[in-house]
Amino acid sequence: MASGNELPTMEEHIAHHLTNLTFGYHPETGLGFAMTSSEAAEMGFWAIHVDSMLWSIGLGILFILSFRAAARHVTAGVPGGWQNFVEWIMDFVDENVRGSFKHKNDMVAPLALTIFVWIFLLNLMDLVPVDLIPYLAYLAGIPYMKIVPTTDVNVTVGLALGVFILIIYYSLKIKGPVGFIKELTGIPFQTSITVIKPIFWVINFVLETINLIAKPISLALRLFGNLYAAEMIFILIGVMYSAGLVLGLVGGVLHVGWAIFHILVVPLQAFIFMVLTVVYIDMAYSEDH
Amino acid sequence: MNINLTIIGQLLAFSVFVWFTMRFVWPPLSDALETRRRKIAEGLAAAERGQNEQRLAEERAKEVIKQAKQQAAEIIAAAQKRSNDMVEESKTTAREEGDRIKEAAHADIEQEVNRAREQLRKQLAKLVVQGAEQILAKEIDAKTHGDLLKNLAKRL
Repeated sequence: MASGNELPTMEEHIAHHLTNLTFGYHPETGLGFAMTSSEAAEMGFWAIHVDSMLWSIGLGILFILSFRAAARHVTAGVPGGWQNFVEWIMDFVDENVRGSFKHKNDMVAPLALTIFVWIFLLNLMDLVPVDLIPYLAYLAGIPYMKIVPTTDVNVTVGLALGVFILIIYYSLKIKGPVGFIKELTGIPFQTSITVIKPIFWVINFVLETINLIAKPISLALRLFGNLYAAEMIFILIGVMYSAGLVLGLVGGVLHVGWAIFHILVVPLQAFIFMVLTVVYIDMAYSEDH
Repeated sequence: MNINLTIIGQLLAFSVFVWFTMRFVWPPLSDALETRRRKIAEGLAAAERGQNEQRLAEERAKEVIKQAKQQAAEIIAAAQKRSNDMVEESKTTAREEGDRIKEAAHADIEQEVNRAREQLRKQLAKLVVQGAEQILAKEIDAKTHGDLLKNLAKRL
């Protein structure tokens, strides 16, 4: 850290918590990890958040391997404990998918399952005490370590981008390029007067494009905003621990309260992301809005 | 908040996870759930069928029992009738037999009586002849009056 051996100030402490471990090419120091947040910013687009990637991929692998274990030993008879748990989640996801998605598609349910469980695990990292792993990493010589990938806007945007690509893909596949363009230009304003039609097309196109782009952006920012704010509050509560006994105790109580509240937020945000994804793909399928 | 390559990395990781789930996780589990659902449905249907069959069997059994009871009653009635008939028949036979025996006895008795009468007559004739012989002594010739006495004895 920049301040060397001195204890970091509160601002530094918070900034430390909000900076990802960034690997990229810096114009001055060359290829390597950014040691300060300004260095990370200067690396520009061609840098990568190693901590976000490692934690999210690690949790993703945990998800697919543990679920694959249930799938490999699956039995139609009496299920074991883990299979039972996996089936419970599958049933939950499947019920929601069938509730909002009325078409035939073998990808939507697995997609929804992946989104739900993966985002749930990513969010769950928020319940790990905020200072614990970054401090251990700091001791190990790693300058930054954000362990909640969903508090990194890149992660949520990456997920939403995947959903956005699917929306476009299915819109084109189901309606065809012409149908998709018709949908983008034909509504909401309609007229029978030939002269005004092109004007309406332009207006409609602008509105519908905004509508279309708003979908992934709202997905990404909702998840990011919720988790980022929650993480922020955990960090601020964490700061209270270093501010004397009384504030420390208050902080402890607040920490427990916020963590309990957060138990609700973690699955809720994963669920919202999943349901909206399914709804958006259903909208891409249906001819009329 | 730097927007950077992480987006692309996430997108790729996301795609791989979704692909993996779609290929290796969802289908086997989904199949198992479906198989179990079908098994349960079959089991329930079989149970339903079994109950139905049991009910039918019970009804059939009731029917059979009813028929058996009826048959038994008929058989008992027939047997009773038959035994009554037999009793009547044997009564009649016995009566007839008795009559016949009685008649035979009567005939025997008659014969005996006749025989006794014949004997008595003969003895009486002898006695009468002897008496007459003694009474009449010499005056009456046994040879001349023999026919007369014989006639008399016959008439007795």
